[in-house]
Amino acid sequence: MRLEVRENISMVRLMAALFLAVGVSMAVCSVLIIWGGASPMEGWILMIKGALGSKFAVSETLTRATPLIFTGLAAAVAFRAKLWNIGAEGQFYIGACVAVLLGTHGEMLSPFVMIPYLFAAGALAGGLFLLVPTFLKTHLNVDEVVTTLLLNFVVLLFVNWLVFGPWKDPMSMGWPQSEPVLDSAILPILMAKTRFHLGFVIAVLSSIFVWWFMANTTWGFEIRAVGSSIKASTFAGMPVNKTIIRTALISGGLAAMAGVSELCGVKGYLTTDLSPGFGYTGIVVAMLAALHPLGVVASALFVAIIYIGADSMSRAINISNYIADVTTAVSLLSVLVAVFFTRYRIKRG
Amino acid sequence: MVPAKGITPPFYMNESILNVSKITKYFGPVVANEAISFSLGKGEIVALLGENGAGKTTLMSILFGHYVADGGSITVFGKKLVPGSPRAALEAGVGMVHQHFTLAENMSVLDNIMLGTESLAAFKSNPRAAENKLCRLMERFGLTINPKALVKDLSVGEQQRVEILKVLYRNAKILILDEPTAVLTPQESDRLFATIAQLVEEGLSVIFITHKMREVMAASHRCIVLRQGRVVFESLTKDTDPNALAKAMVGSEIPRTIRQRQPPGKEVLSLKGITLADKKEGKREDKRKHLGTSAKKSIKNLNLSLRSNEIIGIAGVSGNGQSQLADIISGLINTYDGKILLASKELKNISPRRMIQEGVGRIPDDRNGTGLISDMSILENIASEIYGEPPFSKKGFLQFKAIADRAKKLVKKFDVRCPNIHIPVQKLSGGNMQKLILAREISGSPRIILANQPTWGLDVGAAAYVHTQLIKAAQKGAGVILISEDLDELFQVADQICVMYHGRLSNPEDVDRVDRAKLGLIMSGQFSTHEGQEKKWDQKQMKLEKNK
Repeated sequence: MRLEVRENISMVRLMAALFLAVGVSMAVCSVLIIWGGASPMEGWILMIKGALGSKFAVSETLTRATPLIFTGLAAAVAFRAKLWNIGAEGQFYIGACVAVLLGTHGEMLSPFVMIPYLFAAGALAGGLFLLVPTFLKTHLNVDEVVTTLLLNFVVLLFVNWLVFGPWKDPMSMGWPQSEPVLDSAILPILMAKTRFHLGFVIAVLSSIFVWWFMANTTWGFEIRAVGSSIKASTFAGMPVNKTIIRTALISGGLAAMAGVSELCGVKGYLTTDLSPGFGYTGIVVAMLAALHPLGVVASALFVAIIYIGADSMSRAINISNYIADVTTAVSLLSVLVAVFFTRYRIKRG
Repeated sequence: MVPAKGITPPFYMNESILNVSKITKYFGPVVANEAISFSLGKGEIVALLGENGAGKTTLMSILFGHYVADGGSITVFGKKLVPGSPRAALEAGVGMVHQHFTLAENMSVLDNIMLGTESLAAFKSNPRAAENKLCRLMERFGLTINPKALVKDLSVGEQQRVEILKVLYRNAKILILDEPTAVLTPQESDRLFATIAQLVEEGLSVIFITHKMREVMAASHRCIVLRQGRVVFESLTKDTDPNALAKAMVGSEIPRTIRQRQPPGKEVLSLKGITLADKKEGKREDKRKHLGTSAKKSIKNLNLSLRSNEIIGIAGVSGNGQSQLADIISGLINTYDGKILLASKELKNISPRRMIQEGVGRIPDDRNGTGLISDMSILENIASEIYGEPPFSKKGFLQFKAIADRAKKLVKKFDVRCPNIHIPVQKLSGGNMQKLILAREISGSPRIILANQPTWGLDVGAAAYVHTQLIKAAQKGAGVILISEDLDELFQVADQICVMYHGRLSNPEDVDRVDRAKLGLIMSGQFSTHEGQEKKWDQKQMKLEKNK
């Protein structure tokens, strides 16, 4: 058995492969739904209805997609430069912390100043935070997969300490949460009686910006070149280390923006369950989008549909909502396999 | 020495022991082999010629069972060979010596030869019997080597002998040698062909793959030429001549590069006392300190002076410090001791960027991995050294029009064959990749050009193109350093030739006065152009290592 590179990747075949991949993952998950004692057909219909069946459902899906777009972009930019930032979860909380730190003061600031200010400060903090493992990588050759991953736990425990200790809101009746941010820091709601907020627009604009930036600026060019081949980029005289550091600032910044958006858009205060793993899911989102910044929006919506849909399905027919995790994981695997087979064919001998 | 025009076939050659019949192999839409048929007689030496990509290696890989053919069959000693099984090929008596050796460096010669020959079920190994068998083989074929020596201490020629012994030990009757002289010095090559002559005298048969005409004429009975996957020419070697073979290989007359020499101008580059510690050896340095010797050097006290209008050829078997030298001149290594002067100005803290700015055109040996960013487009690769300067970017924004204009111009001028400038460079052929690199590196009229193995793996036409461009650049006033393992190439292109051996560079000699045999001796380290003292120092170090 050998693998052979396909000469031409046809669009038809690619689309067919993607549909096949979704079909395969649905089939696998159907087995699990049957195992859980329900009818898969009913399950899938409930899932679609729960995610897209009403105005409220759609608003929930878009709200869920918002942080995923940001963290997906963070992973897509970093992975494009082969900087393996697994720490979006930690950078998310850094952004949220900065939003609380700065968003609880400054009553005289209007929302027009406050919101950009919080996003900028949060992004800066997230970027700087990612610089620590990045410098370890560029200067001491420390594997950033390990350091960024472990820093997630450091940050989460730090947040834990904050909300149980110095930042604990005296009005929270003992719940471990911070003081809420000022009203001027709250992102405006875009659809009445829903949680759908301005963060989504900012996320989509960010992805358009990142796409433009990667294609049209010298820095974007360097990021793509370094990611394609460090050896060839070095040979061509590109500033490889500087490029990796810039990438880290952008990636960490985008992940932190997810935290700011989630805190100021949904909750208003900091808790340790602000993110149900948005940072990690962002990696899945980026991979599903093949690291394309605009594709990230589509794949974030896809993942959000599965999560929101599975939540509502599990409530209706009493299937564990872990089905959402399983579905996204299986779809990621099958999409990766499908994309692989659009590039290669198996040949005997 | 072997006679110059083929060797007379032995009388029993007509007894055919290997029959290849209509072998066909496709890789996707690419035809690698199409209906190839030939036979090999007992005691015969067949040379298989062809350019890169003609299908030689594919054919031999099918024969040895690495690939399964899409059609056709192979018969060995009258029996049909099971396809796709190297084990079956070995059992049938077919042995292969690969171009890149497959030896475990940290094991002894005997261990390497025994590896895989003993039954897994055997309770313990029997090295004594194996050694006896090996010694008998060595005696019979005149291949002497110390069975206890570690492979990493052997020279390349000796390692090749181990590979041949490995195949003979498995009772092979048919030997396939894939580009056996690619890594050998001329003297080692002669010795190899003497060995081959001895092998066929003992009744074995040999197929060797090559693209060097000289070897075919000197050492084969019969030759077969492949082009684009087909047998296009077959003849007894004594009935043909190199020109006919070359024509068959290329399919047309070979373009010849003619060098018109010019008097050299001012000095453009001078290396003074360059010394570089061996990176791999660095880790062992601590241990060495106890022994009272210093760390191994990959470049030792190297001096070189390059003038404009001049092409200096650096010969030598690869791994003698050429790639480190190339990396220094490319700006990739700046941890050397010594001085680099560019037009009498000393350069410090060199980097690739700096070298580009100083007008050094660099053609690396690894075009796919180092020279080009293989999954980026032609346009982006043209931009990769100049994107930071106007008009190609303004205030950090890429100016695609300017870049595309330049890319289109260069692609046209350097005849890079491509459907458009937006396809990734990995879709280009090796020759077109090299043209693209040449376009990027020498279109800006550099003062110095460093070309490291620029024609490696290229077909004759593309190689001639590279030569012509280098010569043209020298005529326009550049100083060119050409590093190559191929002496023929150096004699064709260079004005001065020097040899690199164990990190030292011999004194450059005029190409018209230099003696091929002497170059070969320097390449194999048997002739030193330096003072005896340094040589002694080397020997002392080797002794110390052995004692350890």
